Amino acid sequence: MLLRDLAHARAGDKGDTSSIGVIAYRAEDYPRLERLLTPERVRAHFAGIVHGEVRRYALPGIGALNFVMEGALGGGVTRSLALDAHGKCLASAMLEIELPDEV
Amino acid sequence: MARSIRIGAGAGFSGDRIDPAVELAEHGGLHYLVFECLAERTIALAQLARQRDPDAGYDKLLAARIQAVLPACRRQGIRIVTNMGAANPLAAARKVAEVARGLGLGGLKVAALTGDDVADALRGTQTPLDEGGTVAGLGNRLVSANAYLGAAPIAEALAGGAEVVVTGRVADPAMFLAPMIREFGWSMEDWPRLGRGTVVGHLLECAGQVTGGYFADPGLKDVPDLARLGFPLAEVTEDGDALLTKVPGSGGRVTPATCKEQLLYEVHDPARYLQPDVAADFTGVRLDPAGEDAVRITGGAGTARTGMLKVSVGCHEGWFGEGQISYAGPGALARGELARAVVRERLRLIGLEAEDLRLNLIGLDAIIGPGAAPAEPREVRLRVIGRCASAAAAERIGHEVDSLYLNGPASGGGVTTSVREVIGMRSCLVPAAMARPALHWLEA
Repeated sequence: MLLRDLAHARAGDKGDTSSIGVIAYRAEDYPRLERLLTPERVRAHFAGIVHGEVRRYALPGIGALNFVMEGALGGGVTRSLALDAHGKCLASAMLEIELPDEV
Repeated sequence: MARSIRIGAGAGFSGDRIDPAVELAEHGGLHYLVFECLAERTIALAQLARQRDPDAGYDKLLAARIQAVLPACRRQGIRIVTNMGAANPLAAARKVAEVARGLGLGGLKVAALTGDDVADALRGTQTPLDEGGTVAGLGNRLVSANAYLGAAPIAEALAGGAEVVVTGRVADPAMFLAPMIREFGWSMEDWPRLGRGTVVGHLLECAGQVTGGYFADPGLKDVPDLARLGFPLAEVTEDGDALLTKVPGSGGRVTPATCKEQLLYEVHDPARYLQPDVAADFTGVRLDPAGEDAVRITGGAGTARTGMLKVSVGCHEGWFGEGQISYAGPGALARGELARAVVRERLRLIGLEAEDLRLNLIGLDAIIGPGAAPAEPREVRLRVIGRCASAAAAERIGHEVDSLYLNGPASGGGVTTSVREVIGMRSCLVPAAMARPALHWLEA
């Protein structure tokens, strides 16, 4: 199943760092996201785009994970050559992540 | 002291729609209307505009926005706070007074806030930049340096009777926090309340992004009447908790989900959202449904401010040169790939000196990189862009794309080319005392 089936997301930018909030539609799915959507998994998904560290902050109260990805915006929004210099589309790309089905 | 106040968000960026602000002013039952219009880079561009014309350097839509909302605001006593002053808050305040006089609304009290410009104090110092290097290392490439000011001087302007407060660079949430400080008499060391007020300000600062804008994903997250998207308002209590809603009948929706996306927007560590006035803590925030298009916001917190201010530093970084061309129909991808290889080779042959060069096929690999082999697209668009030291070098890039018409693969079309100056933004931290906030008063 795709992350998109369980969660929605929005990306923001600061300099060369992209931050993406991933929010479970249903509170009961949050523990599963916390277990499966590790910083390592996200780093692997964005290989070739994200060149720095990926940190994860948990907000269980609202069923959300916040990912902070350094070196993700082509050297910084204002000097990047990328078509989507802000990395706005990275939120949708995040939702492409495949999660193992659980019984 | 007031028990609760209603604050609306009339814009979330410089190009934002104006009608929803008018709707808020007329039907929102507001006490304050805040316009956030100053992106990171906008102030550097505004600084360049001011160097060319001492009366320029503020937001291009300032007059249009004020003209549209001022009659309703004056009638109802709604006070306006905005960072549309950009690099020239004084000239912006004069323009506001001029608009007011034109509307027959004489006597309007306008305050301009200056002091965010720290370029002179910072130039040539060894202050480290977050991106590496120092401010001194930028030499004469430095264009601007503006510190993010806090809420205190804005609150002071409101206490002094300002009906419109025009600022340059201030922290976005501070424009919303200031009316709370003023109305509720909060201490500037009341960290929990300043933290809660910052949560509310952060939720409001991007206007329509919390009322269903930037949210719709058909079938999964549907937003009613997105075309008439309304902007948010918050009814804030003296404890800093709030009810976030919008004008009944406007487009969009307000739900815990729309608020959650905005709560995390551009946040790094949610336990320490660093602001000039407070380190806000979002980790305990609760967003509970409170009726149709209404969400109750509680549980924000905060700890002591760091005493440092973030500074946005603008600098010249050369020139972008860009060219694009499209290929469509059967074989589009192969022709696009051939065009890409040809341009790459020609730029090598002419010895183009670019600090950075990128050749992508839009529709294939321009946004999130190459994935698993996709179905053949019906259309692709080659995009070639580089950053060069001179405008002349940057122009060569578009030229090589343009020449694909007669010198490239079959049936390419729709060439566009551009050359534009690059103003890069960097950031650093400075002691708060480096900024010298000052208020200037005008009357229409």
